[in-house]
Amino acid sequence: MIPTAFTRAQLDWLPWLEPLAVDAMTERHMASLVDAARVKSPYFRLLARDPDALEARTRTDKDIFYNPDAGLPRAERELAAAATSRFNGCLYCASVHSRHAATYSKREADVQRLLDAGVTADLGERWNAIVAASVALTATPSAFGPEHVDRLRRAGLDDLAIADVIHAAAFFNWANRLMLSLGEPAVTAAP
Amino acid sequence: MLRESGVSRDADLIDALVGITPGSFLDAIRARRPEARAHAQATYRALFSPETPGSVTAQERFAAGTFVAGLHGATAIAVCYAARLAESGGPAALREAVDAAIKEAKTHGPYGSYPAGPLSREDIAGPVYRVGAVTRRTLGPRLAAAFEHAHMLVFHPRDATPAALQALLDAGWSTTDIVTLSQIVAFLSFQIRVVTGLRALAGHP
Repeated sequence: MIPTAFTRAQLDWLPWLEPLAVDAMTERHMASLVDAARVKSPYFRLLARDPDALEARTRTDKDIFYNPDAGLPRAERELAAAATSRFNGCLYCASVHSRHAATYSKREADVQRLLDAGVTADLGERWNAIVAASVALTATPSAFGPEHVDRLRRAGLDDLAIADVIHAAAFFNWANRLMLSLGEPAVTAAP
Repeated sequence: MLRESGVSRDADLIDALVGITPGSFLDAIRARRPEARAHAQATYRALFSPETPGSVTAQERFAAGTFVAGLHGATAIAVCYAARLAESGGPAALREAVDAAIKEAKTHGPYGSYPAGPLSREDIAGPVYRVGAVTRRTLGPRLAAAFEHAHMLVFHPRDATPAALQALLDAGWSTTDIVTLSQIVAFLSFQIRVVTGLRALAGHP
C-alpha cells in the first residue's frame, strides 16, 4: 500500500526497475555499496548498475551527514534533509530523515509539525532559518541568496555550519530525485 | 590547460565554478569535509568521463548535463557543460537543439501531484514537457526521451511513474543506462545547488 501522508514510520521502497541479483554482482558491484549490509537494499542494488557513480555518491553522502568535525549538529543536518524532502514531496526520504532528526534532536513534536503542516510550520527561529534556507535552495531556479546566509548567521550558525546546511539540502535534491523516480514507497506490512 | 569554458579539465569543478582559490576561506571550509569534496568530483568523473562508458555516449552525457544546468538557469554551469559537449564532438546543430530545448522547457519547480489522499490539497499543476517537433528531429528519439524525463526530474519529480521509465526503455535506454541518466540529472541538481549556495556564502563574508 502506498503511503498518502508524510510519516516518521518505517516504510519499504519498491523498485520499478530490476535491481542487480545478488548472485550476479561482481566484486566491483559489491564494493560500490561501501557498506556490505546494503546488499539487502533493492535501491542500492539498482544503483549498483553504475558502480562508480554509486560509490562516489555514497562517500559524498556520508561525509556531509556523518563528519563529526564541528559545523552543523547532526540533528540539524537531518532537519535540512527532511525539509528538502518535504518540499520536493519525497515521502520515503522524508520518513527516514525526519526519524533521524527526531532521534538526534529529541524534538519529535517539532519534526512531526514539519511533516504535517509543511515547510512553513513554525519550529522556532533557528530551525525556521534552516528550513527556509533548504527550501530556497531546493526551488528551481534556486531562490537562495545573501538574505538566507544572514538569517542563518543571526540564528547562530558559523560559516562551516552554513556550508553544512547548503550541502545537506543540495544532497537531498540528488537523493529525492533518485528515490522518487526509480521506485515507490510502501507501507511496511504488519508483522 | 584552460578550455573554452575557462575551467581546466582536471580541476575540481565545484571549486572552479564557485571561484574558490587556494587559501581562501571557502577553500578552508571545503577542506573540513574532504571526502565530500573529493567524491563530488569523483561522481562528476564517473558520470562524465567514466572508465567504462557502457552504452551512454559522452555526447548524451554532456547534452543532458547542459540541458539540466540550463533548466536551472545556471548559465555559467550550462556554458561549462556545453563546452564539454563541443569537445566531445557534439556538432553545432546538436548544441543549438539543446539550447532550443532549454528555452522550450524552462519553468519553475517543484510542482506535481501526491498519491490521492490528504496531501492532494498540496498538488500543484504544471507543464509536462514534450520536445518540440523541430528540436526532436535534431536530438533524435533517444535524447528527446532523455530530455523529457530530465525535465520531470528537475521540476516535478513527485510526478514520476513506471510509465516514464517505460518511455525511456522504449526509446532504447537499457535499465543500466536509465540508472546512469538518472544519476546525471540528480547529481547536477546537487552540484548546481552547492555552487549556488557557496557563491552566496562567498559573496557575503
